[in-house]
Amino acid sequence: MSDHVHPNHHLDDDHGSHGSLRDYVIGFILSVILTAIPFWLVMTGAIADKSTTALVIMAFAAVQIVVHMIYFLHMNTKSENGWTVMALIFTIVILVITLSGSLWVMYHLNHNMMPMTSHEMGQLP
Amino acid sequence: MEVVDHSHWSPLLGRLWWDAMPQEPIVLATFVVVALGGAALVAGLTYFKLWGYLWKEWFTSVDHKKIGIMYMVLGLVMFLRGFADAVMMRIQQAIAFGGNEGYLNAHHYDQIFTAHGVIMIFFVAMPFVTGLMNYIVPLQIGARDVSFPFLNNFSFWMTTAGAVLVMASLFIGEFAQTGWLAYPPLSNLAYSPWVGVDYYIWALQIAGVGTLLSGVNLIATIVKMRAPGMTMMRMPIFTWTALCTNILIVAAFPVLTAVMTMLTVDRYLGFNFFTNDFGGSPMMYVNLIWIWGHPEVYILILPLFGVFSEVTSTFSGKRLFGYSSMVYATLCITILSYLVWLHHFFTMGSGASVNSFFGITTMVISIPTGAKLFNWLFTMYRGRIRFELPMMWTVAFMLTFTVGGMTGVLLAVPPADFVLHNSLFLIAHFHNVIIGGVLFGIFAAINYWWPKAFGFKLNQFWGKVSFWLWVPGFWVAFMPLYILGLMGVTRRMRTFDDPSLQIFFVIAGIGAAMIAGGIAAMLVQFAVSVWKREELKDESGDPWNGRTLEWATSSPPPEYNFAFTPVVHDIDAWDDMKRCGVTRPTAGFRSIHMPKGTGTGLILAGLSTVLGFAMIWYIWWLAAVSFLGVIGYAIFHTFNYKRDYHIPVETVEATEAERTRQLAAVGA
Repeated sequence: MSDHVHPNHHLDDDHGSHGSLRDYVIGFILSVILTAIPFWLVMTGAIADKSTTALVIMAFAAVQIVVHMIYFLHMNTKSENGWTVMALIFTIVILVITLSGSLWVMYHLNHNMMPMTSHEMGQLP
Repeated sequence: MEVVDHSHWSPLLGRLWWDAMPQEPIVLATFVVVALGGAALVAGLTYFKLWGYLWKEWFTSVDHKKIGIMYMVLGLVMFLRGFADAVMMRIQQAIAFGGNEGYLNAHHYDQIFTAHGVIMIFFVAMPFVTGLMNYIVPLQIGARDVSFPFLNNFSFWMTTAGAVLVMASLFIGEFAQTGWLAYPPLSNLAYSPWVGVDYYIWALQIAGVGTLLSGVNLIATIVKMRAPGMTMMRMPIFTWTALCTNILIVAAFPVLTAVMTMLTVDRYLGFNFFTNDFGGSPMMYVNLIWIWGHPEVYILILPLFGVFSEVTSTFSGKRLFGYSSMVYATLCITILSYLVWLHHFFTMGSGASVNSFFGITTMVISIPTGAKLFNWLFTMYRGRIRFELPMMWTVAFMLTFTVGGMTGVLLAVPPADFVLHNSLFLIAHFHNVIIGGVLFGIFAAINYWWPKAFGFKLNQFWGKVSFWLWVPGFWVAFMPLYILGLMGVTRRMRTFDDPSLQIFFVIAGIGAAMIAGGIAAMLVQFAVSVWKREELKDESGDPWNGRTLEWATSSPPPEYNFAFTPVVHDIDAWDDMKRCGVTRPTAGFRSIHMPKGTGTGLILAGLSTVLGFAMIWYIWWLAAVSFLGVIGYAIFHTFNYKRDYHIPVETVEATEAERTRQLAAVGA
């Protein structure tokens, strides 16, 4: 075993696929579509309500991330013995916890603690 | 004291001027002693011509074992500094009553409690934990080194660079006076105008790079380099806890980096993330820093839970009770540690719903921790317990940590926290878990793995002296703080009015003195053991009848750890191999491919130290030059293709023949 670069790499025989041309083309087309629709939404103002537009664009962005992960990063449940997916799930869990938690906490703190107008101060018991 | 004007600035030296030199007699005296000691050390190393040896064999080494030992040395040196701070606080608080101002002015005292916290967490506990993981994990999984050996060396030197900056602040300028987490608005430029907070920021940012990279490195090592047959559920518990800790590091430290960066742009570029005005919110800083800060305490304790598991099962002569429940408890803690951060600021004004949610999650986290304690107790139950030093520390941990954990659950109740927040009760609680958990665990680990690292055991007598001074010393030092906290005494006080409180602080001071004795005894233990190393010699490589793979190789292990990668068939692989009578191969060796040492890590970290120093003092030209130096040298290093070498087969054969002779001599 000694002449190889890393003697202990027994467990990573599968390096995952490196993708075929077909995968890249599908990924590219999907990305273009997913990018074009938000542009179209903003430029034509197809949805009157601005915050709805923003939410729709966010949704497209989320789908775009998934497309990139599958077609460009070649992630699937089997790559690296499942470690990639585990890492992804862990990342998502942590992100959801920190972001939603921070929003919740900061909303409360902002509501309860931030300086009020002098009018509101006067109303305090 | 008079306010000193530090507004001086020159293009060449930035804010650095004569007023940065030590002014106070205590600091000046310390400076003289340190300068003389440092000069003596340099002179000694030069006289004995040790510089070449240190550079070649240690500083530039990428061997995970040597880097692990260097981390431990860094932790030990910084521990002495951090403890000196603690003693100064205890003396100040024991005498400053009823109009007596004590011997420390406010400016100095505030720096001491800040430095104590920062040093003990970032430059004592973290290096100790990282050092242990570095040394033990590759051995336990049957690997020859970590995944990225150069990165490992670089990480170590970046951590050291942070420590160097903190130490420099003692004599050049000042350290932060903000408390160890540097809450704004106090840490904003308006209230901390001079260099203290900048030292804090740059020391943590530079050391943080090292911590994060070593986290990545160890995760890759554990995931990718386990010996054949070692499935995840056959990994030693220490390796499991190391994996979880490093996952926490990789997930949590970027938050610290981000929040420090925001504080930096607030201070340097006039941003308003955390200011009082212009839409800034200091509360956001508190929220973010605890999203890092709570996982951080589990980063510190988890590997030590692993140590206690290894020690308990080895010294009880049994397989660990409930291996899989231990693994799942560790995983639960890993996730839950992200769900509790708000309990550090219950009193900041969140509503009842937020506070109760985080109170309950905090209480829930004690369940997996409790499960672990029961696992250790059941491992000991009907075991043949040998009360060697590592086991003594483990039992001391179980008793101490349980009390600390229970006061933690008490603090998790939001209404109780409103009474106890920021009081000495809190101080007593977290020292109870950090000393009783992390430090006792480190001591158990040092006594347990020292023979592996150096080939001889530690002296028992001085180890026991240290133990019996440390453990009661801890209780004497911190029980009075629990009582004072319940009476409402807040933390970080410099002087007191009520003379009836003095007796408690005097008792706490006596406890600190006992701990000082314990530390001294430990240093004596090291010295005596090195002196009498021939008597304490262990040639078997397995002095405790160990159960995991690190005991399968010689002590100290050869550079390549294992001539042949071991094959694993069960949990506690080495115990399994001993029971099955696996014979050690004595022929058929081949040359071994190894990574080569490099000075790049040291050079990059040195340049980063200069960069940090220049940024702290606003020496912009030097900052620019050193930044370009870091980038340039890193790119230059990518052209270094001579990164590996082969240990010739003759050397391997000779080393292994020596090992055969050793084993024959001890009759194994």
